[in-house]
Amino acid sequence: MASVSLQPIARNRWGFGAAQHLLNRAGFGGTAGQIQALASMRPDEAVKYVVDYPTDEEVNIPGAGVDQDIMRPLTDEERRELARARRRNDEETLARYQAIRNQRMAQDREQLAMLQQWWLGRMIESPRPLQEKLTLLWHGHFAVNYRGCQDSYLLYQQNQKFRGAANDSFATLAQQVVRDPAMLIFLNNDRNVERQPNENLAREMMELFTLGEGHYTEKDIHEAARALTGYTYRDNDFYFAQHEHDKGGKEILGRRGVFDGDDFAKICLGRDACPWFVAYKLYRHFAGDIGRPDELTEAQKIVIGAMGRSVRKHEYRLKPVLTELFLSEHFYDETVMGRKIKSPAELVAGLMRTLRTPVRDAGMVSDAMRMMGQELFNPPNVSGWAGGRAWINTSTLFIRQNVATYLITGKAPFKDGWKRSEMGYDATGVLEDSDERGLTPAAKQLPGPGAERVVDRVLGLLLGAAGTGHRREEMLGFLARHENRITNDVMAGLLCVVTAMPEYQLC
Amino acid sequence: MLNDSAYTRRWFLGRSLTMISTAVTLPVFLQRSALAIDNPFEYRDTAGRAGVPEDRVLVVVQLGGGNDGLNTVVPFGMREYYQARPGLGIDEKQVIQFKDRGATGIGLHPAMGPMMELIEAGTLAVVQGVGYPNPNRSHFKSMDIWHTASPETEGQGTGWIGRYFDNTCKGVPGTPGSKEPGPNLCVTIGDQAPLATLGGTVQPVAFEDEKLFRWAGAELHPDVASAYARINREGVIAGVEADSPAGFLMRTAMDAQVSSDQIRKAVATQPLVSYPGSRIGKSLRMVGSMIRAGLKTRVYYTDMSGFDTHAGQQGQHQRLLGELAAALAAFHADLQQQGNSGRVLTMTFSEFGRRVKQNAGGGTDHGTAAPMFLMGDRVKPGLIGQHPSLSKLDDNGDLIYSMDFRSVYAAVLEQWMGANAAAVLGKPFKPAEVMKT
Repeated sequence: MASVSLQPIARNRWGFGAAQHLLNRAGFGGTAGQIQALASMRPDEAVKYVVDYPTDEEVNIPGAGVDQDIMRPLTDEERRELARARRRNDEETLARYQAIRNQRMAQDREQLAMLQQWWLGRMIESPRPLQEKLTLLWHGHFAVNYRGCQDSYLLYQQNQKFRGAANDSFATLAQQVVRDPAMLIFLNNDRNVERQPNENLAREMMELFTLGEGHYTEKDIHEAARALTGYTYRDNDFYFAQHEHDKGGKEILGRRGVFDGDDFAKICLGRDACPWFVAYKLYRHFAGDIGRPDELTEAQKIVIGAMGRSVRKHEYRLKPVLTELFLSEHFYDETVMGRKIKSPAELVAGLMRTLRTPVRDAGMVSDAMRMMGQELFNPPNVSGWAGGRAWINTSTLFIRQNVATYLITGKAPFKDGWKRSEMGYDATGVLEDSDERGLTPAAKQLPGPGAERVVDRVLGLLLGAAGTGHRREEMLGFLARHENRITNDVMAGLLCVVTAMPEYQLC
Repeated sequence: MLNDSAYTRRWFLGRSLTMISTAVTLPVFLQRSALAIDNPFEYRDTAGRAGVPEDRVLVVVQLGGGNDGLNTVVPFGMREYYQARPGLGIDEKQVIQFKDRGATGIGLHPAMGPMMELIEAGTLAVVQGVGYPNPNRSHFKSMDIWHTASPETEGQGTGWIGRYFDNTCKGVPGTPGSKEPGPNLCVTIGDQAPLATLGGTVQPVAFEDEKLFRWAGAELHPDVASAYARINREGVIAGVEADSPAGFLMRTAMDAQVSSDQIRKAVATQPLVSYPGSRIGKSLRMVGSMIRAGLKTRVYYTDMSGFDTHAGQQGQHQRLLGELAAALAAFHADLQQQGNSGRVLTMTFSEFGRRVKQNAGGGTDHGTAAPMFLMGDRVKPGLIGQHPSLSKLDDNGDLIYSMDFRSVYAAVLEQWMGANAAAVLGKPFKPAEVMKT
């Protein structure tokens, strides 16, 4: 009988498997040693360790720093010069401006590529993986893409805001987003002015960011758009253009007043639908690949309903809600564990964290992320990544298998042949990382350093709850064909085959 | 307008969510159809139009960057052309002129000789002045608009080819747990499936190089390869529910192996004609080989880029058009030798044309309407529609389109693919007269 309880998991059910599940879902996996470190704590201590990460440390900045001004708008003086050139048909000046613009766009794309690698690097290296996992959640929830925003610095700035408030309060995030330059550009609110309101941000704020479909009317959208008029940006920061703002009275979601955009955000947060919607998005990110709100199973409805009450009780503070979920019986239920399809970010960062492979060519890994459908800073549209089974098709599955093999061996998929000297990775390290607690009870009883122990160890570490035991014979056969000698080559081959198993795509 | 846009975008979000949720809750056989995992249908089960053979193929060639229509199909008879393009205009003597009397004053760029031969052979149509209302001059936005066929939403929504599959591929024969592989209904030569191909029914296959459509680890050691093959070809293992996440992945893995075998075998064969070594030449060679191998693919998607000729356009544009013409000619010759030219229609498009007036850098800036090419035995050869006026321009100094691109899509959908164009495009468009009747 599946548990739908948010009561804490019993102490005696806590162990390696549960700790591994926690690290996979609340972060990006970990080595056997890291899993064991968590497993040896009490469950509440382990969850607190993951959720209540220190926030006083500096978040490292990317590379040589981020240039804020690559895409800066023209100065007034430049604007005048350009207008003059247009009037006079001064082709030389026009061509110079065009060339500058082309060069800036190219430079900004380079900066975007650098930021993509930087963020993926954080997912792989951060001592606070939940912070990155939550940043990824908010990036997909308040989705802005580079295609629509065309300014890498503004996306970076938004990303740092998500990171800073990641586990703090959903209310803070929702209130920030109506003042976020990247969002204001992406949803055309910089063009939302009293004489010609633009409803894009007003609609998405309710439909996708706070309430969900069906919890507002078209009239609420009209009125909310008026409240958001004049919310624009200047010099990379929020700017309230008073003279473009509609100062009249509005009626939004049953409330009347002379509202502005900040009031609108607060009104959304005050609606009954909002805590539930936040719970739904948290569940979908951490607990399972679920359907639309109207398609949930009874069990999912019970759990998300209880989480929603918790979100309300804690006034949108996220730490207590996440703690309750990560500690709950339901979270460790067999209907939850090992049944979620990894996002490309989870796949890549998880593999590197778990196996400690070399970083290799970060640009190549970024390319693979794009081919797998998750280019960071570039979700497909304002509703973010669909996730779940939408990640998987025959093409992306090969990319997933190939990127794993590349990280383990250095063998690039489009190159013929491969030299052992390119590998630069000690695959046997995976066996050294820890004591016996990583092994299954059955394997512990086997005599000697046998192949069984190696196979169980690797399958346990890489497949976790998604493993079925079915692959054990195949992998034992593989080792037997190599006389059970655990060389680096043999281990690398073993890791490549396991990470290419269909069930490796689950966590 | 706002309401219209909202409606369509919401429709899209609803659809994409439906697609995910179908996968979670529907019976296995329906789910397989939703994600094209196993062979979901035979062609005879598709809701096609009576009288349209079901083995027809559409090949899309995307010209990325905004192809300069005025230097592709050249209105050398219009004085304004040379006035607007004092350095860049192509000399009348160099333009390849139509023999057809109806086409006075218009010709093709000198690099496009092979395409004029196709016109004379009766297999290439030139649709003039194709665009859409309120043209968007951003590459991304305008490309999305062409992909979604939705200018009203600035390109938000599913792809028009994806919706074609949604509308025609509804039959779901076969039994749950069937071990038959999927038929690769939509194949993209490129590293990502383009928006145009995304819908709710068929998951497109996408690969730039067939080397990426296989597992590279197989080359590490024969034992690694054989263990991988046994695992990935096993399908759903005993004790795993077919509809579970693991079952779904095991089926997809098996499917990927079969697709990979078919496609790599197809593209490894020596084509019947020699293709140029350009990227588009290689892409069309692969497509030709897959058609020859009898793959059941209905839509192939290819692209070439570099048409964003803001500066120093002349040489670059010459090279690009030459590559396109040579690749199309080789592709057509290949299909003829195969005996398949009657069942393949090839269509080119670009996100926009370019400004009428050249700029100071010997190039052209983003503009609007431009020609499309359609190639195949059934097309009405030669010039179709009106060349846009060079004296009546829009406020930006750009061409005013004379043909909505959705009319061309409508013709392709109705008259070639046998689909209900109005259902795919969201509303009815008068089909452009591009096909022989």
